[in-house]
Amino acid sequence: MDTSNRAKQEYDQMVKKASPNSPIFTNCVKAFFSGGLICGFGQLLLDYFSKTNSEDDAALMLSVTLIAISAVLTGFGLYEKMGKQCGAGTIVPITGFANSVVSPAIEFKKEGLIFGTGAKMFILAGPVIVYGTLTSMIVGIIYYFIGR
Amino acid sequence: MGAKKIGKQTVRLNEGVRIMSVASTVSKKESEGPLGKYFDKIIEDSMFGEKSWELAESHFIRENMELVVQKAGLKMKDMDYLLCGDLLNQCTASTFGTVDFQIPFFGLYGACSTMGESMSLGAMLIDGGFANYTLVGASSHFCGAEKQFRAPLSLGNQRPPTATWTVTGDGAAVLAKKGNFPCIMEITTGKIVDMGITDANNMGAAMAPAAVDVLVNHFKDTGRTPQDYDVIATGDLGEVGRSLVVALMKKEGYTMDGRYTDCGIEIFDKNAQDTHSGGSGCACSAVTFCAYFYPKLMNGEIGRMLFIPTGALHSPTSSQQGQNIPGIAHAVVIEGCGEKEARK
Amino acid sequence: MISLLKAFLVGGILCVIGQILIDKTKLTSGRILVIYVCAGCILGALGIYKPLKEFGGAGATVPLTGFGYLLAEGVMKEVDSSGFWGIFTGGLKAASGGITAAVVFAFLVALVTNPKEK
Repeated sequence: MDTSNRAKQEYDQMVKKASPNSPIFTNCVKAFFSGGLICGFGQLLLDYFSKTNSEDDAALMLSVTLIAISAVLTGFGLYEKMGKQCGAGTIVPITGFANSVVSPAIEFKKEGLIFGTGAKMFILAGPVIVYGTLTSMIVGIIYYFIGR
Repeated sequence: MGAKKIGKQTVRLNEGVRIMSVASTVSKKESEGPLGKYFDKIIEDSMFGEKSWELAESHFIRENMELVVQKAGLKMKDMDYLLCGDLLNQCTASTFGTVDFQIPFFGLYGACSTMGESMSLGAMLIDGGFANYTLVGASSHFCGAEKQFRAPLSLGNQRPPTATWTVTGDGAAVLAKKGNFPCIMEITTGKIVDMGITDANNMGAAMAPAAVDVLVNHFKDTGRTPQDYDVIATGDLGEVGRSLVVALMKKEGYTMDGRYTDCGIEIFDKNAQDTHSGGSGCACSAVTFCAYFYPKLMNGEIGRMLFIPTGALHSPTSSQQGQNIPGIAHAVVIEGCGEKEARK
Repeated sequence: MISLLKAFLVGGILCVIGQILIDKTKLTSGRILVIYVCAGCILGALGIYKPLKEFGGAGATVPLTGFGYLLAEGVMKEVDSSGFWGIFTGGLKAASGGITAAVVFAFLVALVTNPKEK
């Protein structure tokens, strides 16, 4: 087998031709409607919570409620089935974040509650918190010195 | 050069090594596929009554190996060597599945090419006069493989069209010196081939060049062509990998016609079972050979076949470190019972 | 009713952007989430996300960009009220409810369920 760089480039082209692409249009339509529905449902909850609570509290209640729903759906193996159809529509909302915390917590349960569930809970969501925190620090520093 | 070696990578066994019996044990999804009726044992519960996917895989191995020895009419203690492997870290599924057998054990790692590796080495041990019987096999488990290589099962993500579905199960064979059984005649051991593929969701593309490399060298070493075989079956390249093999072989000057298939294409109905490019995993080629091709070799329907399990030699660590996914493939020539007269 | 439609629209569009990223770049879901949080945080700091939130409501806060926006808003508010040391506390303080909820519910669900085959 010729493994020169030229052959590799040629092979790369062959692979691109032979590999079917994801049906991006259908995927986008599904993501739009599913993601939109989750956010619309969120808005319903938000309007409901806002009736009797402050804006900040209502926002917190919304997040906690959606996370709880996602956790239960993940536990029953239903979020995975939705995700297969909806793609980014169920990844991007906060329910997708919750799914990425709950699913390894379940999957690695067999390795124990400490080093399994406890440690692996953040294999996917950990980077989100790490880079979110870092970005917020940078925002804070810039804001402190020049933003105010 | 060894006396039995022909060409660069191929060995010819003196009188051939017999595949005395085979057995395949799979789970529910495999049983619902086109080959469903051929498998020996179907375990509906892929957890197999165990506590974890890893232990479940060990259970598949244990049951299936016991079955194959029983089908050969032998006892476990008659086996001189056990050669098998799986996909889990440090091959622990094989370890815990076979610990009770107490037979000399070679643990193998050839990723999904393991069935080819175990058949090759098991046959060489017998041909070399080191053993009368060897027990060879390979296993994989969809859930264990997903957990180790991809993502937790309940994570809601999409599998791209190039992705393959790991077969849950175990395929095993008892190899012997004599008898009226299908016969391993030549073995072409593959080299590691790295063509720069990094997409872990496109294993067919990562492994196809290794299959082509071993095919071309096999044909050069033996002086044969694809048309000298009734069936050529690669391990788990899927639709994408198969089409790449056909295209690459054409460039090398060989025509891979209808006699060329892939076990990953045979085992699942990709439309009805949503398996995308096809089946994969060590068990894919192992159970497809044992359940589907072996009986055809036995009744003479297939005179001579070229069986080429294919593997992708990467780990989650190597992939995260940005390494390519090199491929490997091992070719085994198996002649059916129809030609036993000519072989005497 | 109109707020519902707006949330649907904004949330849907944010998800479509994610889908295009997944299909075109082969980014995994974990990377998408990181990108969304960081993007939301930066857009929040630049004052671009706030109008989107005012228009889209939950459509802007439910997607993970909203989580990033929360981090940016939180740190800036805390710097306003407690000065320099607010840089260290503001972000996570604002996000603490979501993170705690995720940890608690994940733990509880993991306690009572077992891994399932697809």
